[in-house]
Amino acid sequence: MTNNNRPATGKNHFTDDTNWQITNAELMESGHMACPGCGASLSMRHVLKILGPETIVVMPACCWAIIAGGQPTTALSVPLLHTPFAVAAAAASGVRQALTAQKKEHIQILTWAGDGGTFDIGLQGISGAAERHEDMIYICYDNEAYMNTGIQQSSATPHGAWTTTTPGGKDFKYSKKDILAIIKAHNPGYLASATIAYPDDFYAKIEKAKAARGFRFIHLLAACPSGWKIDSQNALEVTRLAVESGVFPLVEMNNEGAIEKTYEPENPISVKEYLATQGRFKKITAEETEIWQNEIS
Amino acid sequence: MEKPAILLGSEAVAHGVKLCRPQVISAYPITPQTHIIETLSEMVDSGELKSQYIKVESEMSAIAAVLGSVSAGSRSFTASSSQGLAMMHEILHWYAGARLPLVLVNANRALGGPWNIWSDQSDSFSQRDTGWLQIYCETSQEALDTIIMAYKASEQLMLPIMVMIDGFILSHTMERLMIPTPKMVDDFLPPYKAPYQLDPENPLTFGAGAHPDLFYELKKAYSETMTEALTLIDQCQAEFAQKFNRHYDVIMHCQEGDKDSDTAVICCGAMTGTARVASEMLNENGTSVDLFKLRLLRPFPKTALITALKNKKRVIVLNRACSYGVGGTLSQEIRTALYDLPEHPIVNDVMISLGGKEVFPETIVKIVNDREQLSATEPNWL
Repeated sequence: MTNNNRPATGKNHFTDDTNWQITNAELMESGHMACPGCGASLSMRHVLKILGPETIVVMPACCWAIIAGGQPTTALSVPLLHTPFAVAAAAASGVRQALTAQKKEHIQILTWAGDGGTFDIGLQGISGAAERHEDMIYICYDNEAYMNTGIQQSSATPHGAWTTTTPGGKDFKYSKKDILAIIKAHNPGYLASATIAYPDDFYAKIEKAKAARGFRFIHLLAACPSGWKIDSQNALEVTRLAVESGVFPLVEMNNEGAIEKTYEPENPISVKEYLATQGRFKKITAEETEIWQNEIS
Repeated sequence: MEKPAILLGSEAVAHGVKLCRPQVISAYPITPQTHIIETLSEMVDSGELKSQYIKVESEMSAIAAVLGSVSAGSRSFTASSSQGLAMMHEILHWYAGARLPLVLVNANRALGGPWNIWSDQSDSFSQRDTGWLQIYCETSQEALDTIIMAYKASEQLMLPIMVMIDGFILSHTMERLMIPTPKMVDDFLPPYKAPYQLDPENPLTFGAGAHPDLFYELKKAYSETMTEALTLIDQCQAEFAQKFNRHYDVIMHCQEGDKDSDTAVICCGAMTGTARVASEMLNENGTSVDLFKLRLLRPFPKTALITALKNKKRVIVLNRACSYGVGGTLSQEIRTALYDLPEHPIVNDVMISLGGKEVFPETIVKIVNDREQLSATEPNWL
């Protein structure tokens, strides 16, 4: 890495009008099983700080099924329901409806799943829950491959990326699935992308999701040092460069139902510079990098 | 006072479910189960049943949704059939492992391919090893009553129960039956009080990974509870008989032969009705047979079965499900249980029907009359 601790260059839409604070209260405990530098664990920590103790978490098979700890331990101080891979959104719908029957509407349901459980195997159930406007916050922490099973490509893996099932790099004819467009088509209660590398933006969006009702969806980019082939201490910075390069724009759906950027880098970097930070893009060619740059510009 | 009614089997199921007051229902349509969830929809729509009804997008989500609702402490219901039950398979295992109560009604139907929507018990027999209790019903009255008993047993055991009705033969057939009053059922079945549930006041984690030794211990405990379930189900059926004056057993002696009769016929589900007519015909014509129906497939009532069949020289098993390469699935269960007897009766494994192939009383009469020609070791196809 050449740009250690490079800061965000642009201005966030929320900085001026959001008085965000980080509470000292922890609902994610120490002793969890995450790898050093894991973006998903840092994200969960802060999401729970915002949502508070009146939250029930539902999660399918994903890295977090391990991170939360094995019996008889648990890393969360809120109720947690583990489910099989494809059914987190359906199980969360059942929890929601039971709470409605019991007149406990104030409790937040957080469905928390990786990209495999969201973009691929869980998509049908998510579509069902979104179509029914089930009152929950669905957060996909996207580390861009099946990291828990040892780095296999998912439909969230960007083209050109090395994984164990794309040893030569993911073919450029496949692009990363546009999950926000898919969820947007269901008329969700709230929709945004975010990353903990921009905490002011992140906090503002989770707060907005918390205040909204219905099916709310947030797409989080979460660095995976071993899967992205980066050093753990650079995880946040690499995530930040994904935004600075335009590879992962920070957006939300506005009141008119249009997707708009919530952050605009003042001095954007090139895609080439972003890709150079990660071992997984080692085999990408100059032509492919140019294609990618053109896709963004 | 109970009220008489003439209902389709699936409507009888819906009435049984309504009397049990589930707080959450999740369901997905599949023939021949659809009338159950349609009737429940009407009951919810009219307000006669107060329940959150989740119209999910697949059977996998149907069972996952009740995994969620029961984890949150609400009595719930779902129903399925055939391909739908097969699609639930992964979650059926998970559900049982979660030690949660539930009643699921399955309308037995063949699994494709090729496409076939008719009666066949292969769908539920394929789920024998998921850890669910399984009860097979002969009549719609039995189905209605069994649902009420099943909720009680399920919540006492913290184990899920699958109640079977034969597709079309029961689900789409009118029957005169008695509907218990809500008060009778409320007196028999108290509201569900979860011993543990998803609750921010007492945050617990459900379903986290268990290391090999712990996993083994949990499954051992599960298996022991299944054995204990036999006693509890007997108690539950006895209490039901006392309150509702209808008696059910895990194995029922439906037709008695002469006291020296050495041949028994055994089957499960709606085919028992046909077999009753056949065994009457046989006994009138000098061939003495005893007819048994097996209601409980899991946990398997081995002792009751041995008691019922120990003096028989021949047991003819009528199968509506097949484990290809072995034979009738029910026959395997019967054979396994009888192995503990010092002298085994001959077990004739008869593949009498699959995919709705019609079974007439004459079909069974002929099988019994020609019993000496049946193979004692290989499956007998008609």
